[in-house]
Amino acid sequence: MGGLQKKKYERGSVTNYITRNKARKKLRLSLPDFRRLCILKGIYPHEPKHKKKVNKGSTAPRTFYLIKDIRFLLHEPIVGKFRDYKVFVRKLKKAYGKTEWSAVERLRENKPTYKLDHIIKERYPSFIDALRDIDDALCMCFLFSTFARTGKCHVQTIQLCRRLTVEWMNYVVAARALRKVFISIKGIYYQAEVMGQLITWLVPYQFSHDHPTDVDYRVMATFTELYTTLLGFINFRLYHSLNLYWLPCTLLDIKEEEAQLDQFPVEGAREREQKEQEAQKKLFDGLKFFLNREVPRESLAFVIRCFGGEVSWDKSVCIGSTYEVTEETITHHIVDRPNASTQYINRYYIQPQWVYDCINAKIVLPVEDYFLGVTLPPHLSPFVEEKEGDYMPPEKVKIMALQRGEKPEEEDEDEDEEEEEDDNDDEEEDEEEDEEESEEKNLKKMEKQRSQGKSLQVKVTPGKMKVENPERLEQEEKAEEKRLAIMMMKKKEKYLYDKIMFGKKRKIREANKLTAKRKAHDDAEKANKKKTRK
Amino acid sequence: MEESSGNMRSSEPTAAMKKVREKTAKKRSKEEEEEEEEQIFNFKDKPAGKEEEDEDLSDSEESVFSGLEDSGSDSEEDEKESDDNDDDDDDDVTAVESKQPKQTEEEEEKEEVVGGVTEREEEEKKEDEYEHDSSDEEDIRNTVGNIPMEWYKDFPHIGYNLDGKKIFKPIRNKDELDDFLDKMENPDYWRTVHDKQTGSDIVLSDEQVELVNRLQKGQFGDVNFNEYQPSVEFFSSDVMIHPVTNRPADKRSFIPSLIEKEKVSKLVHAIKMGWIKPRRVEDDTRGRFYDLWAGEDSSILGRHKMHLPAPKIPLPGHQESYNPPPEYLFTEEELALWEQQDASDRKLPFVPVKFSSLRQVPAFSRFIHERFERCLDLYLCPRQRKMRVNVNPEDLIPKLPKPKDLQPFPTTQSLVYRGHSGLVRSISVSPSGQWLASGSDDGSVRFWEVCSSRCMKTVQVGGAVKSVAWNPNPSVCLLAVALESVVLILSPSLADRQVVQSSERLLSGQPEADTSDAAGPVIWSDTEGEELNQGIRLKIQHPKAVHQVAWHAKGDYLASVMPDHSSHLQVLIHQLSRRRSQNPFRKNKGLVQCVSFHPVRPYFFVATQRSVRIYNLVKQEMTKKLQANSKWISSMAVHPGGDHVICGSYDCRLSWFDLDLSTKPYKMLRHHKKAVRGAAYHRSYPLFASASDDGSVIVCHGTVYNDLMQNPLIVPVKVLRGHVITHDLGVLDVTFHPTQPWVFSSGADATIRLFT
Repeated sequence: MGGLQKKKYERGSVTNYITRNKARKKLRLSLPDFRRLCILKGIYPHEPKHKKKVNKGSTAPRTFYLIKDIRFLLHEPIVGKFRDYKVFVRKLKKAYGKTEWSAVERLRENKPTYKLDHIIKERYPSFIDALRDIDDALCMCFLFSTFARTGKCHVQTIQLCRRLTVEWMNYVVAARALRKVFISIKGIYYQAEVMGQLITWLVPYQFSHDHPTDVDYRVMATFTELYTTLLGFINFRLYHSLNLYWLPCTLLDIKEEEAQLDQFPVEGAREREQKEQEAQKKLFDGLKFFLNREVPRESLAFVIRCFGGEVSWDKSVCIGSTYEVTEETITHHIVDRPNASTQYINRYYIQPQWVYDCINAKIVLPVEDYFLGVTLPPHLSPFVEEKEGDYMPPEKVKIMALQRGEKPEEEDEDEDEEEEEDDNDDEEEDEEEDEEESEEKNLKKMEKQRSQGKSLQVKVTPGKMKVENPERLEQEEKAEEKRLAIMMMKKKEKYLYDKIMFGKKRKIREANKLTAKRKAHDDAEKANKKKTRK
Repeated sequence: MEESSGNMRSSEPTAAMKKVREKTAKKRSKEEEEEEEEQIFNFKDKPAGKEEEDEDLSDSEESVFSGLEDSGSDSEEDEKESDDNDDDDDDDVTAVESKQPKQTEEEEEKEEVVGGVTEREEEEKKEDEYEHDSSDEEDIRNTVGNIPMEWYKDFPHIGYNLDGKKIFKPIRNKDELDDFLDKMENPDYWRTVHDKQTGSDIVLSDEQVELVNRLQKGQFGDVNFNEYQPSVEFFSSDVMIHPVTNRPADKRSFIPSLIEKEKVSKLVHAIKMGWIKPRRVEDDTRGRFYDLWAGEDSSILGRHKMHLPAPKIPLPGHQESYNPPPEYLFTEEELALWEQQDASDRKLPFVPVKFSSLRQVPAFSRFIHERFERCLDLYLCPRQRKMRVNVNPEDLIPKLPKPKDLQPFPTTQSLVYRGHSGLVRSISVSPSGQWLASGSDDGSVRFWEVCSSRCMKTVQVGGAVKSVAWNPNPSVCLLAVALESVVLILSPSLADRQVVQSSERLLSGQPEADTSDAAGPVIWSDTEGEELNQGIRLKIQHPKAVHQVAWHAKGDYLASVMPDHSSHLQVLIHQLSRRRSQNPFRKNKGLVQCVSFHPVRPYFFVATQRSVRIYNLVKQEMTKKLQANSKWISSMAVHPGGDHVICGSYDCRLSWFDLDLSTKPYKMLRHHKKAVRGAAYHRSYPLFASASDDGSVIVCHGTVYNDLMQNPLIVPVKVLRGHVITHDLGVLDVTFHPTQPWVFSSGADATIRLFT
C-alpha cells in the first residue's frame, strides 16, 4: 500500500517520443529552420504504436519525432550556420536601413554558407546506401534542370542541376547501364542498373512549366540543395569507378574504356541472364540513327547511345551532330510526322516508339509496325511483371513470343481464318434450313400416318449409365473438404483468410474485366474493318 | 596612320602627341611595311605639317613643358638616332626635305632642355596672354551683358560701348514696308542678320554662311576636321619607359596619410574583433566534389537501426503509357465515376489517355505537384514499420481429419416423405427406428414407415402441431403431441401387441388424487369416440399454448413448455402413469425456449433466451448455468453421455458446451448463414446435426473422449441440402435415426427428408 503513486505518462513509450513543437523549442529553431534541418538530416516523424499512450491520453492529431532523433540534431553544426544566417539577414537589413552600401556589400560578400558533405556521409555511410536513395534525387534534379530562369529558384541551382544530370546521363551511357525506358503521360521513365541497384527516374517532357501557386518552392529548393550535393559525390565516384576522368560539364563525348572484368564461373540461369544483358547492351551496335527535328532529341540520343547506336541530328537543331541527313550509311531515320518529304531508299523511316519498344523487348523488333503513318502498337510498361493469373495484354504475349525466337503470325492468316469463319456461318445457316425442311417432312409423314389410322410408333430408348468421372469426383470431394475445413477456422484467421481471398478474387475480376474490354474492342475493330472492306 | 592624322591636326597637344607616337612606333617595331606607310603619309601631308610646325613652333615648345617629354633628356640621343634610322630607311627624295624642319625642331628642343625651364615659361606667358582666351564674346561692343534687349525699348540708346559711351539706336527704325522692300531688292537679304545688341544689320560672309549650313547639318564647323580619324591610343597596353607627366611628386605622396591611418586602424580593429571577415574565396566547383566514400567504414551509427527508409514511388503500369492498350482506357461510365470520386478515393490519380504519336503528348500539368507531394511525404509523413502478413491462405485452413476417415455419416438424400400440406414443425423417430412421426401446421400428425417412406397413418388433431415426441421407452409405443394449449398422447398401435398392451397399461393408470388435479391448472382427460378411434388416448389441457414436449428417458415423465414472460408457470412435468402434473419452478427466470431431460441422471435442462440452466431434480436445486453467448437460443440437444450440450440459436450459431469444462461454450460453430432451428445428437454414433433456415443440415462429427484431459474433436463432415426455402424458412427440425447413421429433417416446404 505504501510507496509513491506512479505518475501517468512518465514511463513507457511516451518517453521515446516528442512532439514537433516541443522538439522545435528544444532546438530553439523557427519552423522553417526546423523544416530545413529535418530535410537535410533526413529526420522524419514516427507513428507510435499506441498513439493515445504517447499523446498522454489525448487523441488530438499530433506528429511525433523520436526523441533520440531530436537529441541527435542538437549536435548538428549546421544549426549554428542557420543562426549565423539569421544574424546576417538582420545585419543586412540594418545596413540597408542606414543606407550603408559599403557595409551591405561587405556583408553580402561574407554571406554565411554551409557544406552538406558531412551530412551526406552521415546519412549514407556506404556508397551503396547512397545509390539506393538516388531515385528521388535524380527526379528532382531532372525537374529543376528544366526550369526556366523565372526566379522560382537560383539560376546557379538550375545550372548545377543541369550539369549533374548531364553527367549522370554520360555515366549511364559510358557504363551502358540503362535497362528500361517507358514513355508515360507524365514524362519518360528510365531505369538503370548501377552496381546492382535498380535506379528509376522520371524526366518531364521538354515544355515550359506552368508553375503552380500552391507549391512551396522553399521546400523543393532545400531538397534540391541536398540532392545536388549527393548527386555530385555519386557522379564523382561513379566516374572514377569507370576510370573516366571526372570533369565537370563534359559534353556527351567521353572515351569509353572497357574495363576488363575477371571472368568468374557462373551457373545456369544467372549465366543466361548475364548473356542476355550483354546482348541487350549491344542492341543497337552498328546501327546509325538520324533524328528528325521534331523528335525528343535528348532522350533519344541518350537512349540510343546507351545501347551502342550512333546518332546524329540536323546541325541547326543543336550542336553535336556528327553526320548529315544525306549520309548514306544511316540505317534508321526517326521521324514523328505523318510522312517524310524526301525519302532515301536505303534506310527505314520509323517512329520514335520503335527505339523504346526495342529496348524494353531487348531485341530489335520488326520495323513494319512502326513505319510512318501506321497506327502504332500500344506502348507497354516494362515495369509490370505479370504473375500467374494477372492480366497480360496480347501485345505482351506477342513480344514474349518474339523474344523466344518464334516468328510472328502473319496477319493474312488471320484474315483467311475470318473468311473461313464467315463461310462456316453460311454453312450453318444452310444446315439450319435443311433441318427445318426435314422436320416439316417428318410432320407431314406423321399426319399422313394419323390420317391412315395407324398407331404412332412409340420408342423406348435404353437408359444410359451415368459415367462418373473419378477425377472430377475427387476434385469435388477435395473442394468440399476444404469448404468444411474453412467452416472450422478461428474467427481471426477466417477474417484474414477472407481478406486474402477477397483480394485474389478482386484481381481475377479486374483481369476478367480487362479481357472482356479488350475483346469488345477487338470485335468492334474487326467489324469496322469488314465494313470498310465491303 | 596615326602619325598622319596627328600631322593633319593643328592643335598643339596633338602635335606633341604625334612625336611621342612616332617614337613609340619606332621603338615598338621595325616592321618595314608600317614604317613605309607612315612615311608615305608623312610625305603626303608634309607641306601642311611643315607650315604648321613652323608656325606653331612655340606651341610645341610649350607642350614639351606640359610634361609630355619630361624624360626627354635621357632619351634625346636615342630619339635622334632612331629618327635618323627612320629617315635612312626612306628612299624618297622628299624625305630628305622633310628632314630639315624636324631637325630644327629637335635642336630647339635641345636648347630648351639645356636652358632654364622657368625663364622660358615666363616669356611664353607674356607673349600670348589672351591668345587662347576662351571667352565667347570675341567682339564686345555693347557692355550691357546678356540681358533682354527690350529693357532698352524706351531709351534712345541700347547700351554702352567699352568706353562707357552710349550706343544710340539707328535713327530710323525699319518698318514692315522697308523690310519688305529690302527683302525684294537686297540680294543679300537672306544672309543679313539683325544684331539686337548693336541694333545693326550684319551681312554674313560666305564662310560664315557655310559654317551655319554645316552646323545645321550637324557637321563640325571646321571643314578640315576629320571626325572619323582613327583614335589615338594614348594609354596602350604597352608599358612605356617614360611616365606620362614630368611633374615631380608632391611631398604628401611621401608622407603617410593621417586619415588613411585612422581608417586602417579602424579596419584592423574590426578584423581583430571579428566584425570583418576576410573575403571568402569563391568555391571552386572542381574541388567541391571528391571521393566522399573513400575511407568507407562499416561502422553504422546507432541511429540507423531505427531508420525506416521511405518507400519508393511505385513503378508505372500500362495505364500510364502515352499509348496504352485499348483495354486500359476508361469507358464513359468509368470516366464519370472517376470524376465523381474524391481525389483520395480514386484508384488511379490520372485518366489514361491515348496519343497516336509521341509529338502529340503534352506536358503533364501536375508534374511539379507530384514532386512536391513526394517531398512532403519524405519529410512530413510519419513512418511506421508495418509487418505485411505474407501468409499462404492454404496454411490458415486448419488441418482436420478427413471426413472420409470419420465415416459413417449421412451423405446423400435417399428418401423424401411427402404428404403434409403445411410446414412440418417437428418430427420424431420411434425408439425401434421403424416409424417416423411428424407434426405439421396443417393440423395433422402423420406416421411414416422409415424404410418405404409410406405414410401409415394420419391423425387429424385439429390445430397446428408444435411438437411431437416419441416415447423413448422401447417397451411402449406412445407419442406426445403438442398443439395449441393441449398435449395429446397418441398410441399409434404400430408395434407388437405386447408393446401396445404395455402402453395401454401405462395409459390406463388411474389418476391418483383428484385433489391435486383440482389444485393444478392442468386437466387430464380421456378421449372418446372419433378421437379414440384415431388413437388419441389422453388429453392434457394446459392453461397456455404449449410449444414443446420432451420425454424422460424412462418414458414415464413428460415435460411441456409454455413460454411466457410474465408467469412462473412455464414448464410442467407430467407423470403419465399417475396422471399427475407439477410445476417445478417457483420463479420466472426468463422466457423458456426448450427443456430436456438428462439421459441418465436426474438432471433437467432448461434453455432460456440467453442461457441454459441445469437443475438437479433430486436435490431440487440449480447445479449449473451455461452462458450461451448468443442472443436467442432456439434449440438444445443433450449428448447421450450427458456431459455435453449443443445449443442452436437464432443468430446463426451453434454452441457446444462441455459441462465438465466450463459454463462458457467450448466451441462456437458459425456454420450456418441463417438462424439455427434445430439441433440433434445421434444416440450411438459420434454425430450431431444442426438445421437452419438457409435450407441446409450440417452434420458434424463430434467425438467425445472418456479421458477428461482430451477435448472433444469437432469436425464438420457434410452439408446436406435438399429442402426448398419457403417463406424464408428452411429446415425446421432435425433428428437422427436411433440405430443407423441416418438423419431426418423436416422443412417448411412440407416435406421430410431422409439422408443416409
